[in-house]
Amino acid sequence: MADADNLRPEKAPKIWRKLGLKDFEYEMIVEQLGREPNPVELNMYSVMWSEHCSYKHSRSSLKLFPTGGPRVVQGPGENAGVVDIGDGYGAVFKIESHNHPSAIEPYQGAATGVGGILRDIYTMGAQPIAFLNSLRFGPPNNARSRYLIEGVVAGIGGYGNCVGIPTVGGEVYFEPCYRGNPLVNAMCVGVMPLKRLVLGQACGEGNLVVLAGARTGRDGIHGVTFASEELSDQSEEDRPAVQVGDPFLGKILIDATLEAVEKQLVVGVQDLGGAGLTCALTETASRAGTGLEIDLKMVPLREEGLEPFEILTSESQERMLFIVEPEKLEDLEKIFQHWQLPLSVLGQVSAGKMVTVRHHGEVVAEVPAESVAGGAPAYEPESREPEYIGKLSAFDLSALKPAGDPGQYLLSLLSSPDIASKEWAWQQYDYMVRTSTLEGPGGDAAVLRLRETGKALAVTVDGNSRYTYLDPYLGGMLAVAEATRNLSCCGAEPVGITDCLNFGNPEKPEMFWQFRQAVEGMAEACRVLEAPVVGGNVSFYNEVEDEAIYPTPVVGAVGLLENAKNYCKTGFVRNGDLIYLLGPCEVSFGGSQFLKELYGKVAGRPAGIDLEMEKAVQALLRRLIADGLIVSAHDLAEGGLAVALAESCLAGGRGAAVTLASGLDSVLELFGEGPTRVLISLPPEASDRVLDLARKKRVRMSELGRVDGGDSLTVKCGNALAFKLGLDELKKAYEEVFSWIRT
Amino acid sequence: MNCGVIVFPGSNCDLDAYHLVRDVLKEEVTYIDYEERSLQGFDVIILPGGFTYGDYLRSGAIAARTPVMEAVNRFACSGGLVLGICNGFQVLTEAGLLPGALCRNDSLQFRCRQVYVRIENNSLPFTNKASTDQVLMMPVAHGDGSYYAPPEVLQDLEANGQVIFRYVDQRGEAVKAANPNGSCENIAGVSNRAGNVVGLMPHPERAGEAVLGSTDGLVIFESLRGYCKGREVLKSG
Repeated sequence: MADADNLRPEKAPKIWRKLGLKDFEYEMIVEQLGREPNPVELNMYSVMWSEHCSYKHSRSSLKLFPTGGPRVVQGPGENAGVVDIGDGYGAVFKIESHNHPSAIEPYQGAATGVGGILRDIYTMGAQPIAFLNSLRFGPPNNARSRYLIEGVVAGIGGYGNCVGIPTVGGEVYFEPCYRGNPLVNAMCVGVMPLKRLVLGQACGEGNLVVLAGARTGRDGIHGVTFASEELSDQSEEDRPAVQVGDPFLGKILIDATLEAVEKQLVVGVQDLGGAGLTCALTETASRAGTGLEIDLKMVPLREEGLEPFEILTSESQERMLFIVEPEKLEDLEKIFQHWQLPLSVLGQVSAGKMVTVRHHGEVVAEVPAESVAGGAPAYEPESREPEYIGKLSAFDLSALKPAGDPGQYLLSLLSSPDIASKEWAWQQYDYMVRTSTLEGPGGDAAVLRLRETGKALAVTVDGNSRYTYLDPYLGGMLAVAEATRNLSCCGAEPVGITDCLNFGNPEKPEMFWQFRQAVEGMAEACRVLEAPVVGGNVSFYNEVEDEAIYPTPVVGAVGLLENAKNYCKTGFVRNGDLIYLLGPCEVSFGGSQFLKELYGKVAGRPAGIDLEMEKAVQALLRRLIADGLIVSAHDLAEGGLAVALAESCLAGGRGAAVTLASGLDSVLELFGEGPTRVLISLPPEASDRVLDLARKKRVRMSELGRVDGGDSLTVKCGNALAFKLGLDELKKAYEEVFSWIRT
Repeated sequence: MNCGVIVFPGSNCDLDAYHLVRDVLKEEVTYIDYEERSLQGFDVIILPGGFTYGDYLRSGAIAARTPVMEAVNRFACSGGLVLGICNGFQVLTEAGLLPGALCRNDSLQFRCRQVYVRIENNSLPFTNKASTDQVLMMPVAHGDGSYYAPPEVLQDLEANGQVIFRYVDQRGEAVKAANPNGSCENIAGVSNRAGNVVGLMPHPERAGEAVLGSTDGLVIFESLRGYCKGREVLKSG
C-alpha cells in the first residue's frame, strides 16, 4: 500500500480506490473541485479524506460531547484544547493514538506517537510539562507480546526522556484481543500564559509560509491511509509507512518554536503530523479562510528526486509550519540558525481560498483549502447491537459461589499483569525532569506543581475496556467517572478531558454500535460531571483478521489544585488512622478482574453508576482534602476493595486491620467492582466532622478499620478471619510478575 | 556564589539546576550558551543533565567539542569549580576533564529511581559540609551511567581520593543491589586529580526540596557556597 511506485497515480485506472477513497467520495471530489483532480491533487484529497484526518465515521457522534464551559478557552478543532486555570494561565492537553505504527514497529511507533502529541502542545505556544500514556497488549506470556511491550515502553522513554518532559503516569492492561493490535495512546499536557496562545491559522494576505525543522524524506508516506484500514498479515510490508523519530531534533525544535512564540515572531503555527504538508497547508488556510501559494522546490529534502506528491504527503517527523509577517522573518531565521535547524520560506498567504502548489514554478496542484481539509463526507453508519452483548450479560453471576481462600484470591489478583505494579515500565521513564513532579507514577493521578502560580495540576488516563465491551454505554460513563474520580482523589477539580476512542471497523454495524453507545455514555457523564471534552482522537480499524479489539475509550483528564501543598496520596501513612469506605456498596463480578483471573471469563453486567452520586462523592472528597480532614484517598478499581486495601498498605508501607460486616457475601464484598467508591484514611479526631459532611452530601460512609502500623493486612468478616497476609507477601505478589522484563 | 549553567543543544536539566540555585539557594545564576567563549566572573560552572546532541554518537561526545568547552577547560585549568551532573558528567569524561567513561547500564535500559550514595571524600569544595561516609538519597535517571575505567586507573582514583560518590544501600553498604547501572566499584561520581572538577550520575539538583522527596542533594551546593564565600573572604582580606 505504501510502496511509492504503486501510489503513482498514472499507473492504474480508478487509482482513488488504491488510495483508500470510495467511488462515491471520488465523485464528491470532482464535484467540489469542479473538475477531475490531477494525480497530485488526488493524493492530497486521499490523505485528508482518510478516516484518520477527516473523522468521517465519527464526526456526527463527536458532536454529542459537551465542549464548552466557563474554563474552556479552546475546544476541539485546533491542535489541542486549552482550559483556563487562573492567574492568566492555561492548561493545554491532548491524547492521540499511535496504534497501527506500534503494531508494526513498536519502538518507533511509540516514539513518534510521543513526538506527535508533543508537537500538538507546543504548537499552541505552551510549554509541555508532562506525558502520560495508555497501553494495551496481548497477555505477556509469549515472545511476540513481550517484544511489543518492551519496544513500546522503550520507545516512549526514548523520546520522552530525550526531550526532557517527564512521563508521569499511565496505565497498561492485557487482553487477548490486543494481541495483534496493541494500543498506544499518548497524552501530553502543557501550560502557557493565555496571552501567548497561537492558533494554526494562516492569517494575513502577504504573510510568509515558513517550513522549519527536519528535512523531508520518504518516510511515513500515506501513513494516515495505512492507519485507516485493518491490519493484516501483510501489514509488515507497510513498515515504510511508519515514521522514524529524532527526539534530539524534536527537543531543539521545541526550544526554537517557543522562543519564536514568546518573541511574537509568528502569527500562526501548525505542526506537521498525519498527512504532512498537505494537512498543515490546507488546515491553516481553511481555518483562516485564506489561500496559500507555495513552491515545493523550497522544501528542504533529505534526498534528491522526491516527487511532488511524496513531498506533500510525507510524514517525516519534527517539522513545523509557521505563518510569519515578512518583517519578522530575519529574527525568526536568527533563532533557527542558532539551533542549527533548517528553515525555508515556501511561499505566502494569498487572497481567495485556494491552495496553489508549484514545483519549480509549474503549478502541480490547485485545490480549495476548505474542500480538502473539511469537505469529506460525514457518514451515518449503520448500527446494530452485536449478538454477544445479550449472551454475555445473561451470564449468571450468582451461580459462581467462590468458596476458596480469600487471601489466595487477593494474591492472585495482585500478581495479575493488569493489577501488578507497573514499576517495570515507569522506571524506564524520567518522571522527575523539570523538578515539578510532586506525585509521580503509581498513584491514582500524578501531581505537577506550577512554579508560576503556586497551584498544581493533577493528570490521569483511564479506561476499562472489559466494562465497555460488556456494556459500551455504561463503559463510556464509567471511564469518564473513573478518570475524574482519580483527580478528585488527589483533591483536584476536573477542568477538562481529552479522549482517545479506540474501536474496530466502523463500517461494520456492530462495531459502529459499540462506538456510538460508548460516545453517548461518555457524553452523558461529561455533562453531569461538568467535564468538557476539549480535544481528542478517534482510532478506528483496530482489527486483525476480523478480530476486533474490545471497544476501548481512554479518557485523559486534567484537574486543578488551588494549593500545590494540599493534595492527597493513596497510601496509609499514619498509625491509628481510621479507614472508611466512601460511596455506595453495590458491586458486581460482571467484567471484574476476579472473574477474569479466577474463572477466565469476561462476562456479566458491571455494576451501574449513579452519576449524581458520583458528582457528590467527588465534591465531598475535594472538600475533605481541601480542609485537611483526610490523610489518604484511593479509588477502588480492578480487584475491588481488597486490592485497594493492599495497595494503600503497600504505598504507605503500613499494615491495617479491617472488619467487614458479617452476613454479606464476603468474597463479593472484597473483590466485586463498582464505581464511585473510594478508600480513605483519617485521624480519629476528624471522624465526626467527616461523617457530618458526608451525611450532608448524602454520601454513604462505612467504617472498615484502622491503620495499625503492623506488617500485615488483616481482614475479618464479622468474627471470622478472612485472611491475614504479610506486607512482604503482598509486595512479592504485586511486584514479581514482571521480573522477566528487568533481566 | 555566582553560578553558570551551560545550555548545550539537547540539555534538559538546565532548568532544574537554574531553579535550585536561584529559588532554593537564592544565589546568582546565569544560563551560558554553548557558543560562549568566556566564563569570566563565575565561581561555579554546572554542566546539567540531558541528551546533548541526542547522545547520538556517544553520550556527551559531541557536546564535549562545542566552543564553550574550550572555555570550560581553561576555567578548570585555572582552578575554577566545575560540576557535571548526569549528561554533564558524560560530557566531562568525553572532554578529558575527568577520567574514565560512562557505558550503557547493565540492564540495557534507562533507569529512573531513587538511589543512595555515600560520600567517599569530604575534603573537596563540593563535599566539605558533609560528614565522613554521609549517605545521600538522590534520584538517577540515565541509560548510560555505568562508570568504567581500566583497573590501574581505578587504583589511582581510589588511592588519590578521587572516588567521591559510591552507590550504597540505605545503611551505607556498597552492595551490588544498590548499584543501578553496573558501574565499576559502585562508583557514582569522581573528581579530577586537583579536586576542582567533579562529575556524578545522580541528580543532586532534583534532591533539593522536601516536596520532591529529598533535600539530601543540598549538601553539595551548600559546600560549594561555603567554599566560595570563604574564598571571597580570603580575597578581600
